[in-house]
Amino acid sequence: MHPAFSVIFLTTLIGVGQGLYLALNTVQVYSVFKVLPVQDSAHFYALGSLIVLLFLGAGLAASFFHLGRPERAWRSAACWRTSWLSREIIVLPAFMGSVAAWGMIHYTGWSPHLFTFGNGAEVDLSQLLGVIASLLSFTLFLVTGMIYACIKQLQEWATPLTVINYTLFGLASGFLLAAAFAAWKSPGLVEFYGGWAIFTTLVAFLTRTASLMRNARIKYKSTLESAIGIRHARIEQKAQGAMAGSFNTREYFHGATQGKFKFVKWLFLVLVFPVPLLLASIGIGTQSTALLLAAFLIQYLGLIAERWFFFAQANHPQNLYYQTV
Amino acid sequence: MTQLALVIDLNVCVGCHACVTSCKEWNTSGTAGFLADMNPFSKDPTGTFFNRVQTFEVGSYPNTETVHFPKSCLHCEDPPCVPVCPTGASYKRESDGIVLVDSEKCIGCNYCSWACPYGARELDEKQKIMKKCTLCVDRIYDESLPENERKPACVLACPTSARLFGDVNDPNSEVSLAIRENGGYKLMPEWGTQPANHYLPRRKTRITIHEDELIRADNPLKKERQLPMPDADDPTLDETTSW
Ligand code: SF4
Ligand code: SF4
Repeated sequence: MHPAFSVIFLTTLIGVGQGLYLALNTVQVYSVFKVLPVQDSAHFYALGSLIVLLFLGAGLAASFFHLGRPERAWRSAACWRTSWLSREIIVLPAFMGSVAAWGMIHYTGWSPHLFTFGNGAEVDLSQLLGVIASLLSFTLFLVTGMIYACIKQLQEWATPLTVINYTLFGLASGFLLAAAFAAWKSPGLVEFYGGWAIFTTLVAFLTRTASLMRNARIKYKSTLESAIGIRHARIEQKAQGAMAGSFNTREYFHGATQGKFKFVKWLFLVLVFPVPLLLASIGIGTQSTALLLAAFLIQYLGLIAERWFFFAQANHPQNLYYQTV
Repeated sequence: MTQLALVIDLNVCVGCHACVTSCKEWNTSGTAGFLADMNPFSKDPTGTFFNRVQTFEVGSYPNTETVHFPKSCLHCEDPPCVPVCPTGASYKRESDGIVLVDSEKCIGCNYCSWACPYGARELDEKQKIMKKCTLCVDRIYDESLPENERKPACVLACPTSARLFGDVNDPNSEVSLAIRENGGYKLMPEWGTQPANHYLPRRKTRITIHEDELIRADNPLKKERQLPMPDADDPTLDETTSW
């Protein structure tokens, strides 16, 4: 497939936003059960959710560049019963809305008490809304991943690993950003966030390697023989029905040389995993905002390369009709 | 349930592209809007087509065969391009099984084209909406046309009648007969899309001749070895008598 930068930015940016939100909300939930200290509402949660919204908003803006007719985008909520894309278009604004409301509650400090747990822990509106937004965040990982995983003839994508990787990369980059944010605003949380960032990055390394290994050994179900229905070991295409390319040659081929393709793979493997892990470990030890932010930025750059590779690697069966590209 | 479709006979297609040009001519002024051409007279011309003819060479010299392969939307009975569409712009008609794109609803997200295994959909570069074969839905029901012209433009244009049009669910239709009797097959059956369009294979008419059929066996007794078989160059009964 041809990697479109609009979709690369959409999926990576909202991933960071979702991960960062989950990081913020985890602390709120933990503090209810007195596992972690209570944070300052306006400075920590409200500012944090503003950053989350900036990432989600940037992702949403990027997605509009993918549409031929962005002015009609509102129509795309219509088919949520069958289309994962439609579901994403519903869940993303719902998630953004609940994060915005959650942030506003923290900013204004208006949060009516709802009920009390047996251990005396009090639950107010912000906590309830926070948990709802967390569920929406996970749902958004699921629906975004399923957009790709549900197309069965894109065999590189048609695996649960697609959803798992989207989730883990979002969590890893979001928690890494949360660690940098904590180093700046609430140093007591750097170890908690940093630890989870390192853990999710390591697990993502395992699952992404698993999908790379799976994809390296894929056996394509369609062949040129099944594409044109002629059984012969040697079929050579002589004409493609277009002299200088068509939508079919532009949309489905990445157009990069084999060298560049391989380079991007190694680039993302280095930028997403070892470099941020190293920087983050030092950054956690020294409580350095700059180092943690650098770790996040480098991992984010790596994720752009990872997403490019994710698209470029997918081989659409329609390419069988375009042998001479 | 009716399922209109094309049956394309690869045995007679000569690769003349008449279907491509007549399709473009008819549909560029069709209901879904024009089919844009970019740089038509300069470098890298490209454009939107519903139908393209590709050419494949099968085998290696000297045993090669050239196969011209017209390719358009197959109007799948279980079309994967329809459920993925977020707006409902991509739909399959209950009444005749034609798969269409509503040009007023399409947001140009390309998702349906990803879901089609055949690459049958193209995004129009000017209008930025998805385009695909409509089976000339705006002419096959047009009662102002004479009845024998109520067919897709490609079918009417084909000089070798390589394209048949009809209801593949009606066992007595011309297309069903052709599929049944001439080995009609589906493209990429592995994805379960159940394409309605079928292709008829290249066919050779061969007769098998056994060696004894080459020898004049006018004396059955010779054949049955009850008399010694005369030499092949001995005169035969035919040469000694006149019937
Ligand atoms: S050929 Fe492609 S576009 Fe046409 S109905 Fe089948 S899946 Fe849809
Ligand atoms: S390109 Fe148009 S028809 Fe295709 S999935 Fe998107 S909105 Fe639907």
